[in-house]
Order: sequence, then structure tokens, then C-alpha cells
Amino acid sequence: MESVFGRYRNLVVLVGVLFVQILGLAVQVRRARDKDSEPTRLIRVWAVGAVTPLEKALSWAQTSSGNVWHNYFYLRGVRAENRELKQQIEQMRLEQARIIQDADQAHRLQSLLGFKEQFISQTVAAQVIGGTGSELSRSVYLDKGDRDGIKPDMAVLTRDGVIGKVLHVYRSTSLVLLIDDQTSGVGSILERSRLQGILRGTSSGAVVLEKVMSDEAVPVGEQVLTSGGDGIFPKGLTVGTVTKVSTGSDLFLNIHVRPAADLNRLEEVLVVTKVEEKQTESDQTTHVRAADILAERLPSVPPKPATAAPQGQSAAKNLPNPVSANPNSGAASKTTMPAQSNSPANVSAPKVSPASPPNGAANSPTAVVKKNTTSGQVLASGSGTVGTPASKTPAATTPGTAGATKKPSPKPGNPNAATPLPASQPTSQPSTQDPPQ
Amino acid sequence: MAITYTSGEQVEVYRFSLPATILIPLAALFLQAWLPLRFPFFTIFDLPLIVTIGFATARRNPLAGLVTGGLIGILQDALTHQPIGLYGIAKTVVGFGASSLGIKIDVENAGARFLLTILFYVVHEIVYFFIARVLVSLQMAWSWPHEIFSGVANAALGLVVYALLDRVKQRI
Repeated sequence: MESVFGRYRNLVVLVGVLFVQILGLAVQVRRARDKDSEPTRLIRVWAVGAVTPLEKALSWAQTSSGNVWHNYFYLRGVRAENRELKQQIEQMRLEQARIIQDADQAHRLQSLLGFKEQFISQTVAAQVIGGTGSELSRSVYLDKGDRDGIKPDMAVLTRDGVIGKVLHVYRSTSLVLLIDDQTSGVGSILERSRLQGILRGTSSGAVVLEKVMSDEAVPVGEQVLTSGGDGIFPKGLTVGTVTKVSTGSDLFLNIHVRPAADLNRLEEVLVVTKVEEKQTESDQTTHVRAADILAERLPSVPPKPATAAPQGQSAAKNLPNPVSANPNSGAASKTTMPAQSNSPANVSAPKVSPASPPNGAANSPTAVVKKNTTSGQVLASGSGTVGTPASKTPAATTPGTAGATKKPSPKPGNPNAATPLPASQPTSQPSTQDPPQ
Repeated sequence: MAITYTSGEQVEVYRFSLPATILIPLAALFLQAWLPLRFPFFTIFDLPLIVTIGFATARRNPLAGLVTGGLIGILQDALTHQPIGLYGIAKTVVGFGASSLGIKIDVENAGARFLLTILFYVVHEIVYFFIARVLVSLQMAWSWPHEIFSGVANAALGLVVYALLDRVKQRI
């Protein structure tokens, strides 16, 4: 027996080592299924501790040298770029004014409907310092870990979109499982069709959206967003774009998605360390009706100028405010204010205002009002019209309302200031804007 | 004088200093983890495998080969999120095979090293594929053209790495 062992010593040792490793592998697989604690934690900590300091040092050196070059030596074209950026800021300020109004309105409507709002309240910026070097393990290491507040299952994203979630956390580093790994899964929703599915990676590195029924129509180019259903990624983050759709097996479509973020060239990322979910609260403490809220969006007349208007101006601008003469007008009376005549919205929506006096003549101030309240009517009409771009008429907002006084008004004549009403949009019911008694 | 499998009469046996034994595999692991981030095409290479073959063929000791291959593989596994043992088992087999084969044939010339690396790269991938599919139930696709191409690429890189290892190995 001894001679046999001596003769085949190497082979016996090989079989023994392989047996031990296979046994260890089986234990790990079993524990992973049972969601037990990680039995190989110590080995991983050692390996990560041995490799990542060098990766950190190299990444730091690379970033520092790059910063020195870009911030001190290579400044060619910065002045021109600065000028362009300033122009962009000006344009974005106008855009921001519109978006803020949209957001305010959405918040108010959400509060009325009892929506729960979910938003990212805290992130930690981190740098990608290394990968795993394995095609079967598509994950990267970050230079932030437990001591920086990183926890498992936190979402990781870039400015382009979602890239993955935190899988393992070590003291000063963490491992992020990318969305193109075959063991990952992201609850996703298609932006326009609102079809939901699960985004997974494949062994080849492709990303597919699963569990979408084959009888659904999914156009190529449609955006894929996070659905929030997985409890990890907040809802509405960009994931990617549909690149190919084919019929797969088991009645499901085979939808290929190109990730919005370049997963092969990751450098700086954001780890979402805190996501808050709260009931949307209105900033108005008093009871507010939907009609009142939406009425704030309607066109109005600017304050009456102290001096007489120059000749040639529209007569409507000089007319007295019919609302102010009505003591019982209330909040809904805002809808009856005449609009600015220079707003494109004033001529694009010939609808009848429900709050307008019944005896208004076509050429009276009230008649002008009638032509300028279309957007508000649609919004006030209730379900299905919340997204109507009536809010894209900032030039026509009531100066006296809270929203209008807080935000700068875009320049008149802005092409985005008015959006024609879609023909399919329903009109409002007059009863929604009855003045309070 | 007794002739053993490590005899230098037919083939020469080398050893590596302790710093080289520790630092070279760590450097290989580090580069394998770091370079693909900057150069995505580098994922077709397997530097730890090349180092395993290099150590095994130089030492020509099957026990040392399998232990070296097993440790390097386990460390490589530890950097991934997959269970530890996938690379460990594959590199244990490769380390054992390369050192066993190194006893029987001359692996000092470039041609033999080139072919040996292709052979053991394919063996490594087969073992890895088998374990991943059967034991861990991972979805993997096998492609002979891809494996052969990667084997050739690794063999080409291996020639450079073996030349560097030749500089640090010490003759017994």
C-alpha cells in the first residue's frame, strides 16, 4: 500500500486537492442558494487586500497626472468653451424655469392623488480602480467601501445611466456587479410602451430585456428605464436603448438593449447611498382643489401699468381686469384673466373658458379670455391630461400666483412657450371651476 | 547518483526566490484585474494562467505545480463574485499537467512553449467550462474559434512572460 501511494503520490495529491476544492465549491453553491453567510469571506478579503492597494495607487497616479495635464498645461480652447457653456447656461435657465413649473404642478397633482415620491437623496462619488479580469464575472472594484458608507445592494450609476449594484463591501473597497453580468437583474420598464421586464446580462456580455410577451410591439430605439420594482434601483433611471427585437422562446420577446453607460470604460461613478420615499406633500396648507391648482397655469394679464400704454398696442392689454371687479371670483377666477396678447398661446387655442361669464361678447375682454384658457381647461379636465404641455406657456402665467412670482418668466416669443392642444384632448367640465361661494 | 524526475541530466530544474514566488503571481493578478479596464481587449488574456505554466514548467515538480496553480487560481477566484474554486480547480490541473509534461519534454525553446501554452489554455478552458456548467450551473457558450484564437494570443504573450521569468529563475 505504501509503495502504491509512493508510486502514485503526485496523482493522489492531485486528486485530493481537486476533491477538496470541489467540495468547497459545492458548499459555496449550496450556501448561496440558502442565502447563508458567505463562507469565503476571509479569502476574498485577503485577495482584495493584496491587489486593490496597488490598483488604488495606480488609479490615483493616473488621475493626478491627468489632472495636471488637463488643468495646467492643456488649456487650449478653454476660453471659447467657456463662452459656449455660458450660452448654454442661459438657455438652460429658461428651460429650468419651465421644468420647475412642470415639477411643481406634478407635485401638487401627485399630492392630490396620494402618490408616493421616491428620490435619490444622497450619493457617494467613487472611482473605479479595477476589475476582475474574468469574462464570467463582469464586475468592478470601487475605491470606496464600508467606512465610506457603502452597503450591499446599493445602486451604482453614472451620468449616462445605471451600471450596476454593490455586491460585496470591504473596508475601503467594494465590488460592483455590472448590469451585463449574467447573474444580475434589473427591474426595467420601456419608456413609451410602459412594458415591464427584467434586464439581464448574458455570458457573451450582451444585455437583454426578458419577460416581455411576444405579442407586444417594442420598437427599436425605445428607452429602457428602471421600474423600481426590484427595490434596489430608484424608478426612472436610464438603463439603455433597445437595439434589437426578435421572437424568443416561451412566448417572450428577445429584446437586446445597449446600456446607456459604457460599461467597458468606467471611471467615476455615483453610489446611491440613500433613497427616500415619502408621500408627496403639497406646499399649500389650505385645502386646494384641482381646478384651483390648474388655474394657476392659465394665461393671465400682467399688472395694469401705471401710465397709459403707448399707441398701437392691443386694446386688450389696457382693459380693466374683469376678475378684480368680481368680489366672488376666488381662486377659480384666475382662469378668467385676459392673457398677454403677445403670447403665442393666445392665438393657438380657441376654446371656451368654463369660468367665463355667460354673456361675454366676441369682441369684449371676456372674449379674449375665452381664447386663452385652453390649456388650463385641458389640464383641469382630470385624468389622462396631466401631462398636457400647458405648462409650456410660462409667458402666460399669472403674475400674482405663487409659482409665477418665484420663477423667472421666459422671453416672449419662445417657440416652446405654446403647444397646440391635441385634438384628442377632452375639454374641461364647467363645474370644476365654479367660483367658491 | 540516483536519477529522479527532477534530475538535471536530461532537463534542467529551476527554482524561484521567495519574493519572486509571491510578487510575480500577485503582479499577474493585479494586471489581469487592472488592464482590462483600460484596454478591454485584454480580457482574452489570462496572465495568471501564463504565470502558472511558466512556474510549473521551470520547476518541473508536479506537486509544486499543482499547489502554485491552485493558489493562483483561488486568488483569482477571490477577486470575482463567483464561487471560489472555478479557477482554482482549472489551474490546479494545468499546474500539475504542465510540470508533469515539463519533465518529459524540453520546454526551453520558444516553439515548445508556444504549443504548450495553447494546449494548456484549451485544457484550462475546458475544465473551467465543465465546472461552471455542471457544478455552478452558469450559462456559458463554447466557441472553438474563440478558444483557439485566445490560446494563440495567450501563447504569444506567454513567450514574453516566459522570457521575463527566465531572468528571475535560479538554476538548482
